[in-house]
Amino acid sequence: MKTWDSIRFCTGSLSGYPLRTSLMLLAMAIGVAAVVMLTSLGEGARLYVTQQFSSLGSHLLIVLPGRSETVGGPPPLIGETPRDLTLEDALALQRSSAVDRIAPIMVGSAPVAHGNLTRETVVLGSTAELLPVRNLVVAQGRFLPEGDIDRAEAFCVLGHKLKAELFGNDSPLGGFVRIGQRRFRVIGVLAKKGQSLGVDISDVAIIPVASAQALFNRSSLFRILVQATGRDAIPRAKKAVLEIIRERHDGEDDVTVITQDALLSTFDRIFKALTLAVGGIAAISLAVAGILIMNVMLIAVSQRTAEIGLLKALGATGAQIERLFISEAAMLSSIGALFGLLLAMLGQVLLARLFPDFPVTVPPWATFAAVGVAIGTGLIFGVMPARRAARLDPVAALSRR
Amino acid sequence: MIWLENIERVFKVGDERVHALRDVTLNVAAGEYLSIMGPSGSGKSTLLNILGLLDRPDRGRYHLEGRDTTRLNDRQQAEVRRHRIGFIFQFFHLVPRLTAAENVELPLILAGVNPSDRKARVAVALERLGLADRARHRPDQLSGGQRQRVAIARATIMRPALVLADEPTGNLDRASGKEVIQTIELLNAEGMTVVMVTHDPEIGRRTHRQVRMMDGRIEFDSGSDNGSDSGAAP
Repeated sequence: MKTWDSIRFCTGSLSGYPLRTSLMLLAMAIGVAAVVMLTSLGEGARLYVTQQFSSLGSHLLIVLPGRSETVGGPPPLIGETPRDLTLEDALALQRSSAVDRIAPIMVGSAPVAHGNLTRETVVLGSTAELLPVRNLVVAQGRFLPEGDIDRAEAFCVLGHKLKAELFGNDSPLGGFVRIGQRRFRVIGVLAKKGQSLGVDISDVAIIPVASAQALFNRSSLFRILVQATGRDAIPRAKKAVLEIIRERHDGEDDVTVITQDALLSTFDRIFKALTLAVGGIAAISLAVAGILIMNVMLIAVSQRTAEIGLLKALGATGAQIERLFISEAAMLSSIGALFGLLLAMLGQVLLARLFPDFPVTVPPWATFAAVGVAIGTGLIFGVMPARRAARLDPVAALSRR
Repeated sequence: MIWLENIERVFKVGDERVHALRDVTLNVAAGEYLSIMGPSGSGKSTLLNILGLLDRPDRGRYHLEGRDTTRLNDRQQAEVRRHRIGFIFQFFHLVPRLTAAENVELPLILAGVNPSDRKARVAVALERLGLADRARHRPDQLSGGQRQRVAIARATIMRPALVLADEPTGNLDRASGKEVIQTIELLNAEGMTVVMVTHDPEIGRRTHRQVRMMDGRIEFDSGSDNGSDSGAAP
């Protein structure tokens, strides 16, 4: 029997029972579409989080005062008070060759006023380096000037929302705002960047770190952002930061260094696992579709007993009949898989329309896996009915009408 | 042609053992036209199935055209069925979703004949049986007689040496039954050996040799003497 003839014979028998065929195609299509859609949702979530993190800046290390990890051993009898992070600590970090830039950050809250308008906002004290480190973009004017880190100059840069609230549509450049009891000259406005990891960067006022120390009357930093010279330098930079701080803090490890990559890879791992889990759940629906194919093929075998008996009488071997039924199952599952992929593409277009911010992409492995599993289940569950058809006793098969 | 010796076939029905065939010995020469008659349950269909290699005897030997068929495996038996044997059934057994032409084409497809050759051979076969204008009809659009003639065309498209018919007129009215018998006789005239199971004594009388069965044994054989010396014993 020629391959082309087998294909024609199978399409003939598939189109001969349209209801059964379309139900099986539907089951297979839903299974495949579920696998592809669910994995693409998981992958989308992963990409979304990754994007959020990379908008934070690249090759970033965050130095926090205090130690959040417990290393074991008995709890200290006397409560450990962490030393503050100071501006000197921040400057000392620049000694390491692995460190490219540092941006010390002070955070406080203060009323910011212009004319009669006053807003209670977050005030960030930092340096010129904050701009490249945090990937910020200036919309008007300029950012904090480079210069002596200890000089408390009365400049400030406003977030675009704060600017809109205080100045409306007027240009704020050269104007003055009052932060706390001090007057600051507005030298720039940040571009609209939106939310970045929960911190609304549009609703802040940024002033030189020395001015912030004076304003809040405190010398401790909220944290230090450290940018490593490259991706490879991140572990080296982390080690250097810990060493420098330990040296400066009398041998105590009283800071925590979070690397952005570590955070990222943690989330990456979590979301990959999630995607796999969800994909696995969807694969179960594929297996169910496979079992459905087996059931319906078994019914088909008993429906077509006479036909099978006849084929045997006409000289078909058991192997030929087995091949025919397996090809039928294979065709059903591959056509079903094709429909499933179309369905999934449709779903993605719909999703992209509804949630334009959410990146929906199908990882290529998911497509291959879905189609592979579909055809695999079709074949595996097609074997049993095909065997039964091949072993059918032609005498018994033909004696029935 | 056919050489059967001491054939036995036993079926198990529940705890009972039913002897469908007991010690059947039969020789049929090439070109014979033979009918097997007998009451239901006398074993005539079982005998026909064994002749057609659809069933295996429990004991005894069956040589077809000088080959010991009991030694062939399933694949080889299928090959013999495909090339040397044609079946005609009481209930036609046409595939309902295929047209007359496609039904006739089936054995050629199973044998792997080229599509271009197939079309020509099917057209000739249908033409010969007066079905040329019915080629594109499905079985449910054909009369009983036409259906049986399509089945005959299918049984003979491979030019088999042996045609086995199981009550070919059992499901037809008299007129179409007669047509079918005439067609079968035409095949015999062309040199095919025909073995036909029938209930109808009138049809039985038309055959050249009659075999009557009872309780799994051959009770009467009109041609047993000439059959034995013209039989193709190995």
